[in-house]
Parts: sequence; C-alpha cells; structure tokens
Amino acid sequence: MKQNYSQKAYWNTNLKYLAILLTVWFLCSYGFGILLVDQLNQINLGGFPLGFWFAQQGSIYIFVVLIFVYVRLMNNLDKKYGFDD
Amino acid sequence: MSVQVWTYLIVGITFALYIGIAIWSRAGSTKDFYVAGGGVSPLANGMATAADWMSAASFISMAGIISFTGYDGSVYLMGWTGGYVLLALLLAPYLRKFGKFTVPDFIGDRYYSDTARIVAVICALLVSFTYVAGQMRGVGVVFSRFLEVDINTGVIIGMIIVLFYAVLGGMKGITYTQVAQYCVLIFAFMVPAIFISIQMTGNPIPQLGMSSTLNDGSDVYLLEKLNGLSTELGFNEYTSGAKNKVDIFAITLALMAGTSGLPHVIVRFFTVKKVKDARKSAGLALLLIAILYTTAPAVAVFARVNLIETVSDKPYISMPEWFKNWEKTGLLTFEDKNQDGNIQYVADAQINELKVDRDIMVLANPEIANLPAWVIALVAAGSLAAALSTAAGLLLVISASVSHDLIKKIFLPTISEKRELIAARLSAVVAVCVAGYFGINPPGFVAAVVALAFGLAAASFFPTIVLGIFYKRMNKEGAISGMIVGISLMLFYMAKFKLGWLGETPPSSQWWFGISPEGFGTVAMIINFIVSLLVCQFTAAPPLEVQEMVQNIRIPKGSPEIISNH
Repeated sequence: MKQNYSQKAYWNTNLKYLAILLTVWFLCSYGFGILLVDQLNQINLGGFPLGFWFAQQGSIYIFVVLIFVYVRLMNNLDKKYGFDD
Repeated sequence: MSVQVWTYLIVGITFALYIGIAIWSRAGSTKDFYVAGGGVSPLANGMATAADWMSAASFISMAGIISFTGYDGSVYLMGWTGGYVLLALLLAPYLRKFGKFTVPDFIGDRYYSDTARIVAVICALLVSFTYVAGQMRGVGVVFSRFLEVDINTGVIIGMIIVLFYAVLGGMKGITYTQVAQYCVLIFAFMVPAIFISIQMTGNPIPQLGMSSTLNDGSDVYLLEKLNGLSTELGFNEYTSGAKNKVDIFAITLALMAGTSGLPHVIVRFFTVKKVKDARKSAGLALLLIAILYTTAPAVAVFARVNLIETVSDKPYISMPEWFKNWEKTGLLTFEDKNQDGNIQYVADAQINELKVDRDIMVLANPEIANLPAWVIALVAAGSLAAALSTAAGLLLVISASVSHDLIKKIFLPTISEKRELIAARLSAVVAVCVAGYFGINPPGFVAAVVALAFGLAAASFFPTIVLGIFYKRMNKEGAISGMIVGISLMLFYMAKFKLGWLGETPPSSQWWFGISPEGFGTVAMIINFIVSLLVCQFTAAPPLEVQEMVQNIRIPKGSPEIISNH
C-alpha cells in the first residue's frame, strides 16, 4: 500500500481546509446560535436580536457560503496536484 | 373560480407533468434504475436533492412548529441545513469516488463483510420506512382538506402516482420528476410568503420583512410586536427559548448528523459524473434548500401575528370562513369555557379556549391573509410535491436495499441484470403498498418515530461512514459493533422515553443528561464512535486491499463510471 508524497500532501491540505471550515460551521451555529445566544440577543441587528438572527437566518447563509468556499478550494487543490478529471 | 376548482386544476396539471416525465425517462438498465445512468448534471442533481430532502415536514410542519415555539424551533432550521455542510465536506465526494449504487454497498465493501452489509441494510430499511409512512399520511391530509376526499382515498391516489413513476422510471424517473417538483414546491412556498410580507411590512422579501417595521403606521418592529403579544398572553417571549441549552445543542447535532447520514440523500450523489460535480451539487442543493429554510421563519412570524390578531378576544361568530373550514377537519378546535362568546387564546391551559394544530399554519396562512383562491390551490400542489418527491426517494432506497444489497449481493449473486431490474421494480411495488398501509392505518407511534429517523441515522450510518473514509485503520469488528451498539441504544431510549414500550413513559426530569429522545441521536452517535474506535484497537487491521481502496477514494482523479456487474 504505497502512498506517494503528493497524495499525502494533498490529503493533509484537505484536512486543514476541513478543520478551518468546520470551525466556522461550529461557531456560527452552535456558538453564536446556541451557546452565546443570550449574550448576543442584547445586540440588535435591525429588527433582529443578533443571537436569534444567527439561529434562524445567519447560520444558514454561512453554511451555503462554506460549501461554495470548499468547492473552490478543492477545485484549486485538485488542479495543483493534477488530481482533477 | 372557487378554491376547489383551482386546486383540482393546479394539482391536475402538476400530476400530468410528473407522469409525462416518468414516461419520457423510463429506466432501461439497473444503472438507470439505481443511479439514473450516472450522468445527472450538478444543477439537476441539486434541484432533485432539494426536493428529495424537503418533505411534507419541511413544507407543511416546520414553519408551524417555529410559529408556536419561536427560538426553540431554530433546531430544525440549523439542524436540517447544517447537515449539508457535513455531507459536502465529509461524505459526498468520497462516496461518489467509491462509485457503487447504495450506502450498504459502501459499508459492505469498505468493511469487507456481509454482516456489515446486512446490518447497514437493516438500518437503511428502519430509517426509510419510518420516514415514508409520514409522507403518505401528509399526502392524505392535503387531499382531504383541499379536494375534500377521504384521507384514505387521498393516500391511495398518492400511492398510484408514486408507483407509476418510481416503478417505471426508477432513479432516472425520480430525478427528473424531483426537478419539476422542486420548482412547484418552491414557487408554492414563496408566493404566499411574498404576498404576506408585502401586506404586513411593505417589504417584498420575506427574510427582510421579518425584521422590518409594521406597515400600519405604528413604526414598531414586527418581532418586537410579536414578543409583546406573546408575553401579554402568557407565552414565552418569541425570540428567546424555553428548552434547556444542552437539549437544543443535542437536537441540532442529531439532526445535522442524521441529515448527512440519511441513505436517500446520500444516494443522490451517486448520480453525478465526477467528484467535482458531487461537491458542487451539494452546494447547489443547500442553496436551493436555503431559499425555503430562510423564508420559513419569516412565514412563522407572519402567521403567528396574523393568528393572534384575528382570534384573540374576538367574538366567535365573527370568525372568517377559513376558521370554520379548519374546524371541520378537527385541526382547529374552539371550546367556549367561560361562555362569553369570545375566543380566549392564552398560554394557560385552564383558560385557553382555542387549540390550533401546528400543521395548519402553512396551509391556512394564505386564507388567514385573505390571498386569492389560486394561491391557496398552489399551496396544496406544493405540499403534494414535497411529500411525493420525498416518498419516491425513500422508496427507491428501500427497493435498492432489497433487490441490490440483499438479493444481488447476498442471496443470488448470479442473478442477471434483467432479472435484478424486475426484482427492483417488484420490491418498489411492495414498498409502496407497505408505506400506503401505514399511511392509512398509522400506528400511533409513526409521527413520533419520523422525528427520530434522524437520530437513528446519526447513531448508525454517520460515524461508520466517516470513520470508513477518514480512518484507514478502522476495521469490520469496530464498525459492526459501533453500528449495533449505536442503533440499539437509540432504539432503547426511544422505546423507553418516547414510545413508552418499557412500562410508563418516565417524565422529562429523568432524561439522561437532560437530553430529549429527539436529541439522543447525538449521544448514541458519540457512543458509536467510541465503541468503534475501542474495538478497532484490539482487533486486526483491515486487509491491504481495503486500505488501498480508502487511499483511492480520497483522491478525486479517475472516478469510475458507476458499475453494475461487479
């Protein structure tokens, strides 16, 4: 079971991307939408208490953006290592 | 034209469209039947995934639940969308590269074991059947209210339609009908939302209308007004919750992991050509889903304010037509406890006189807001599209599990492709009949179990698949024991705390760690991870060719054509 250098480097970069993106994923939903919701609700965003906004709107927008960022990053990474097809 | 004529017209046109598509996209091979030939474009797959995913629960129930629970309803919004991030980042690209037909296929091959395959098939059937029964029931309810036929007749009509395109077209037929169903359901959801948003706030975008000031010259923010109304009547403040945080956290996580572990969603990513397309279509699917999911909380707020303003302390005799219509269905009941002829709608159950089923909020919303008849009919067609598209996707998973994973892979490996296709069609027929039976005779626990299908998926598939991709050393002993312990624990907790099969249902104060049965999938999932990792340390590493396979699915290049005879 040989794993060449470029495969390993590709996989490690992928794992790094996942760690960053999933941290954002966690922060905007579990962090701002659940754990810190009471504190953030003290702040108003237009007619929204901020924590409530994260729970019912903001987190969803961020999720969509996260997937498209991931698509972009991975497409570039595939190209860099010649793994795209 | 009356609402009923409009409904017959619009529902009739959409049904004709679905049948037309089914005839045009008949399946000719098992590859067509299981994965739509494997060449679906990312956009078409994104739309199909969105329709597949958004069920009667998303379309009909979700906004209603949020309407009555305010902040606590956020668990569904975050849980049912955040799961797509996990799906896109952790599962879909690798499963596509793997290139087979079903989820048990992956588990059987990755864990080089027919036992693992059978455990996976059982989990898939358990999750899918509980889920599909709820959809058929939803079809029945919509038919009975809008077309004024009996609920059972409604279920049977729904069965015939699904049978027609699922059996004839398989995944290919389902994919293209789902594309059409997405268009119908999103249009049907958005039109009334936009109308009502303009009516109440003057802003045509519901997501913004929700945070705007009211249109009535009072210059009060809509949410502020709703918070005021809620506390006045003794309910919780709308924008803050009543549930404990641990439970909210657990439910959200169980829904997310469950979403990404649902077999009928995962198989959709087997239908695209390349790994790149799988990633992209996950993004498109979530974008298309987000349109509905960011509108639903706005609809919830509009509907809640409208409802309170229409009924609270108003004389019963002055109630509008829709009130009487929904009373007939039994989903709305009024009991004049203090005999003053007015409706007291308050939190205190002793004084409260009005009971509103949460499911009618979306369905009745256009009537409450006095929208034209064709909009009401559109909502009926949209809810049918949502229920039918999900039912079809689930039925395909059930039929593929039986004909492919059990018959072809375990009992009759020599079966010819032609006969496997016949077996697939027959199992789809049987599955529709079983689902229809449960739709007509819903065992009391169906509704309860549908919500728990996510917990079951989170407790079984999610850890096993993720470890199979990200941990090369994971072996069959670990995976099988993890799945069995995870799903049994979830079933036990459901039986004890939700269904009351083990003596009286204990009160919520006895929940483990304060976590409700809906959120328990999170605990069962963590236990699955721990058991898998522990058992794996004490047993032999997987064979070299399996480790090579894992290596291979991590690299996108050269995704195989999906192959059938293998």
